[in-house]
Amino acid sequence: MIEAIKNKERWYKKAQQFVNSSLWILTRKEITDHIKSYRFNILMVIILLTCVASLYTAFSSIRDVASNLENNQSLFLYLRVFTITGENGTLPSFVTFISFLGPLLGISLGFDAINSERNKNTLLRIMSQPIPRDYIILSKFLGSLAVIAGFIFSLGFLVVGIGIISMGIPPTFGEIIRIVTYLVMIIIYVGFWLSLSILFSIRFKQAATSALAGIAIWLFFSIFYSIIVNLIVNASVPNQLFQAASTTSVQAESQQLLTSLMRFSPNYLFSEITTILLIPNFRTLGPISMEQLAGSVSAPLDLAQSFTIIWPQVIGILSAGIICFAISYFIFLFQEIRS
Amino acid sequence: MEEKMIQLKNITKQYKENKAVNHLNLSINKGEVFGLLGPNGAGKSTTIYMILGLTEPTEGEVYVDGIHATNKPIEVKQRVGFLPDNVGFYEDMTGIENLILTGKLNGLTNAEAEKRAMHWLEQVRMNHASAKKVGEYSRGMKQRLGLADILMKNPEVVIMDEPTLGIDPKGIHELLDLIKNLSEEHGLTILLSSHQLHQVQQICDRVGIFVKGELLAYGDIEELQRKLLDETSILYKVIVKNDNHQLVERLSMESYVDSIDWDGEAYHVKVNREDGGELARFFVSNQYDLLTLQRLSYGLDDIYQRYFQGGEMGD
Repeated sequence: MIEAIKNKERWYKKAQQFVNSSLWILTRKEITDHIKSYRFNILMVIILLTCVASLYTAFSSIRDVASNLENNQSLFLYLRVFTITGENGTLPSFVTFISFLGPLLGISLGFDAINSERNKNTLLRIMSQPIPRDYIILSKFLGSLAVIAGFIFSLGFLVVGIGIISMGIPPTFGEIIRIVTYLVMIIIYVGFWLSLSILFSIRFKQAATSALAGIAIWLFFSIFYSIIVNLIVNASVPNQLFQAASTTSVQAESQQLLTSLMRFSPNYLFSEITTILLIPNFRTLGPISMEQLAGSVSAPLDLAQSFTIIWPQVIGILSAGIICFAISYFIFLFQEIRS
Repeated sequence: MEEKMIQLKNITKQYKENKAVNHLNLSINKGEVFGLLGPNGAGKSTTIYMILGLTEPTEGEVYVDGIHATNKPIEVKQRVGFLPDNVGFYEDMTGIENLILTGKLNGLTNAEAEKRAMHWLEQVRMNHASAKKVGEYSRGMKQRLGLADILMKNPEVVIMDEPTLGIDPKGIHELLDLIKNLSEEHGLTILLSSHQLHQVQQICDRVGIFVKGELLAYGDIEELQRKLLDETSILYKVIVKNDNHQLVERLSMESYVDSIDWDGEAYHVKVNREDGGELARFFVSNQYDLLTLQRLSYGLDDIYQRYFQGGEMGD
């Protein structure tokens, strides 16, 4: 009993220490700054609007989806809400919007993190306070990430809430787990872009340059990368003339090459994660042959299996983000104050 | 022996090719106001950054209050308040919010920080603008807010980099008064860098002249003057009403006169010992109407000029 009280006191003390720590003070300032800033609010409105639009089409066509499905067991209605597109392809799905706008959110919250402070001379003043230098960059990252997390979770739960009201069916436990995991994945994915743009904000003195660099990489991966990979793979197929004669193994090989090259793109990794999490009927990533398919039961994957499949992708994105952050951390700590 | 607050031991800072600071030795006593004088790019700011532990010296060691600044920068920053030459505040926050943030980063609670911020804002006469956003402040106001900002941590040492830069004369006067007050009432050790001699002259106990990374001379102003002039020669400015060519001739025959120069308006007479009234007696006895007899002491301007010329010549 006394032990428990002591434990409680210790936790209380620890919590208090954290609240008073300069890291938390700086992080809280960052969060306040973001929430008050026009930039974040404009982005929030853009994302909200596009998502509401895609949800509107989703909810208006979900009835058809439900009636088309034969197997009542594997409806996954709530997951379909995220992935469904408009009836005649007018509006992309929620998932498409998020994977397109998510990086933009990350870039826009991070691109001027350090260089604007440097240009406004506030960096030097904060640095001459008795705090470790890394708190400054850590608080930049944590503050932005907290804002992103808050926003993404509210958006996700908003969708579920609207779903409950409009459909009247509560989501199953499995669906909720998948949705929450998906939301966490979005945060990790946006976190990668955030740390990339913080890296640019340290490297480039001008905020505009760093924003452009971030957007350039985002465009490269979301548009040009797949084109380039296709070119490479097409060029590496031995002889186009004999394509008809080429065996399935050659085709499979080139398909394999395509997938492995595509997996260098964080966008592609994220799209794989999305697919597996939200469409449980997808049983595998990458090509499979007819022999492999033969005899398999066409049933949706259960949660644990889905997680197993996306695990490498998750680690990939996570480590890309951590590497970016580590580089920025390193540059920031050893950077001379004056150029 | 007075207590040393800041000690620089043989420090050198090398930036790629050029040496910003070259084997600098300097110590500043507790409670004194020290002025670091020098032209732009002389290495003053670099020296200050090294004292704060913001930059590592290539060679040598810096101690503040006995603490190694490069190895324990956080402890040094707890004691030292630093006002950069172009102090930046978060412009979308009010003045008092900026101060409270600084206070909290120095370990104060919100209430303590607010109380202290109010106190210092009053001291720097900024309380009327405390609820205004810093974006609306003028330069002078920002500078005064900066002064309040560094006092939030109750420092033992205050370091100011070009504190008077870009402020109007009235503002400078007020700021210098404030600084003077701080040193007198609170016993703070103050180090300020400047290239504005006159202002520094008013409030500094000692000054150091810093050119091209080297400390050419330091001491109080009289000491510098003595170093500057040959101690045996003293300069007088003389204006007489009815001067003629004989004056120079006669005067140069006097044993205590070294040289006489005419600058078109007055004679500059260099004598080799302290004048005991002989000069005046000479003019009167030779029936010259003496209008001005003034001892010219070398001000900081001349000292500065002289040393800077020396520095330039080294180019």
